[in-house]
Amino acid sequence: MNRLFDLSFRFKLPLWGSFLIVATALAVSGALMLRAYDDLKEDLLISSKSLGRTLSKSLFRAMLHDDVWRAFELVQAPFHGEAGDNPVQPDGIIVLDRSYRIVVSSRPTVMPMLADFRRFGPEQAALADAIEALQGRDAHTVELPDAGHLYVVVPIADEAALLGALVISHSKSAFVPRFWRTAQSGALIGLLVLAVLLPANWYWGRRMAAPLVKLADHLDGLGQGLPEDLDPGLYAYRDELGRLFQSYRRMVQELREKAQLERRVVQTERLAAVGRLAAGIAHEINNPLGGMLTAIDTLKCHADADPLTLKTIDLIERGLVQVKETVAALLVEARLKSRDLAKQDIEDVRTLVAPASHRKRLKTAWCNDLPDSLPLPATLVRQIFINLLLNAIQAANEDGDVGCLIEFDANELAITVTNDGRLLTTEQMEHLFEPFSPLSESGHGLGLWVTYQIVHQLGGRISAKVKENLMVFEVRLPVGAEA
Amino acid sequence: MNANSLPAGNARRFLAGFLVFCALAFGAATGALAAEPQRNTPVRIGLTPAFLHDQHGLMEEWRRYLEAKLKRPVVFLQRDSYRETMDLLRLEKLDFAWICDYPFVHLKKQVKLLAVPLYQGRPYYRSYFIVPASNPHTTSILQLKNMVFAYADPYSNTGYLAPRYELFKAGEDPARFFGKTFFTWSHRKVVEAVAFGLANGGAVDSYVWDTLAVVQPDLTAKTRIVSRSPEYGFPPFVAHRSVGDDEFRVFQKVLIGMTTDPAGKALLKRLNLDGFATNDPKLYDSVAQMMRAFGEE
Repeated sequence: MNRLFDLSFRFKLPLWGSFLIVATALAVSGALMLRAYDDLKEDLLISSKSLGRTLSKSLFRAMLHDDVWRAFELVQAPFHGEAGDNPVQPDGIIVLDRSYRIVVSSRPTVMPMLADFRRFGPEQAALADAIEALQGRDAHTVELPDAGHLYVVVPIADEAALLGALVISHSKSAFVPRFWRTAQSGALIGLLVLAVLLPANWYWGRRMAAPLVKLADHLDGLGQGLPEDLDPGLYAYRDELGRLFQSYRRMVQELREKAQLERRVVQTERLAAVGRLAAGIAHEINNPLGGMLTAIDTLKCHADADPLTLKTIDLIERGLVQVKETVAALLVEARLKSRDLAKQDIEDVRTLVAPASHRKRLKTAWCNDLPDSLPLPATLVRQIFINLLLNAIQAANEDGDVGCLIEFDANELAITVTNDGRLLTTEQMEHLFEPFSPLSESGHGLGLWVTYQIVHQLGGRISAKVKENLMVFEVRLPVGAEA
Repeated sequence: MNANSLPAGNARRFLAGFLVFCALAFGAATGALAAEPQRNTPVRIGLTPAFLHDQHGLMEEWRRYLEAKLKRPVVFLQRDSYRETMDLLRLEKLDFAWICDYPFVHLKKQVKLLAVPLYQGRPYYRSYFIVPASNPHTTSILQLKNMVFAYADPYSNTGYLAPRYELFKAGEDPARFFGKTFFTWSHRKVVEAVAFGLANGGAVDSYVWDTLAVVQPDLTAKTRIVSRSPEYGFPPFVAHRSVGDDEFRVFQKVLIGMTTDPAGKALLKRLNLDGFATNDPKLYDSVAQMMRAFGEE
């Protein structure tokens, strides 16, 4: 039994619907058949009583005149020219006198004249008792228990004169064939209805179950990571199932956002740790480096060294300077005092990068929406801007597009730089802001790292994403907040 | 004296005389009309169950045949019991009738013997004692004591008088011998009553049974003839005594002449008869003898 309930809705719904349809069809047709049987019986009795009343009037005269032949012709009359399977056709008519002797019967060979009716068997004796109990009342139906016949008893009487009784017997088996015919046509109609309803139900059940099954499959997949989105066209209604679908979609959306957030947090923390490490190392290197450069400088001024030594000293100095530059690049110092950012700063940067842009014949979309002055350190913002622009120009295709949008609303400055160059993969974007980026084809791969550090020190956010086949870098800097 | 002064008594006498004259004149005229053979008054012929009078198609053809031969309208009056036809004869509602030999003897004073049908070439028939075919044991009517017996008609010879006479001869009282008797008012229905098993036995006209054996063999097959009575004179055609000699002879001639033309022959064949012939009323003396045995006549 349990296994039946464990079945998939794909089968359970149509099965259950089919079961209900079949049960309903059986119940309805059963009731109708019962009704047909009752109607048939009622028709039979009504027609039989009417026949009995008609016959009894004529039989009264025949009995009064002892006209046996006339009485016989009367009881024979209903048997002439009748169809064999007419269920209303009686199977016997018997006329009894008051002492239950047979006056005449429709089958004289079986029930001869003058014979005692009670002697024919217990059913006849019981019938005689029943007639006795009726005491000459109007047409009456007598149904004896366990008898194969229905009897209609009509008194043969005129006013107070009771001569006897007319008994019309009907075989119960006679209307079985008619009943079966009714039942067969009923069954046929039932089957036709089933032939229409069952496939319709099956289709409806499968259709109903399909979204549920899909939802269940998707929910099962939750354990193995983020599930796919469900096709919104799968179930576009607003019933409980529709709400379930909406909830599922919302849940998936939230899960996805959560996963993204987590990833960002990890990335941020990693970058922060790298930043701290880099700053620590830079400071540790900077101190001895300063001493070494001073020493070299002193050596160059005061020592009369031979050309080889001088050449070596130069070599060392150049190496140290390179180390210093590299360290300086790593060590982003945002806490420098600087003047406020002005609109002209942005235009200066535009002028600065223009030659590089011309070299690649780029089309540049420019939108500077900045007020005259903003309380942001001009040097740092310029550096961010230059880095982003140079990166974009470098990544853009020949004859490609570079876009730049500077927006300011109440408390945030937004810088958006786009290019139509090669799009970055998710994997590449994960490590985009790390120092010594492998993506950098020229330079030391510190540009984005420095930009990231500056943006963070200014309390802003930087993000890279792909939008409409463009690579988009966006920086948001809070204005007026204590950096 | 002028008319105005005519005494009242004279005037009354004159009027009475005038009326008598008128009445005499009218009476003479109608009498003269009555004396003429009436071409338009129908011949009234009574038919009884002495033969298969319920073959209605045959009856209609026979009626038309007689109309053509007599050149007068013919009316058949069919009754289901001899008694009714006898009453019609007594009341002069019939000119001719085909009745049983027993009523003929009864009505000897009112009717004249017109013609006797010839059955199998002779003017005789018998009474058959029949039982249901399912009964192979009965060999005599005397074995049916206290059983149910079907008679045809209380004025039938072969269907009533003859079987009772046989019981009488055997020393039984026909009124008490059977457990139950009933009349079917026709010989054909006696055959039916016995065939259906309603009666244990019955007495039937041999001519009717034999004819039925031809037209409805499945019915007679359900019965068995146990014994045949002696021959009696065949049920005769009679004329009421009021029928004029001319009319009597004309109708007698038509009946007897049926064998001479094809249409008449065809009708006779369907009636299962060979023709009609004149005969002597003595032919029915044996019936009178039986009636005397029961104290009738």
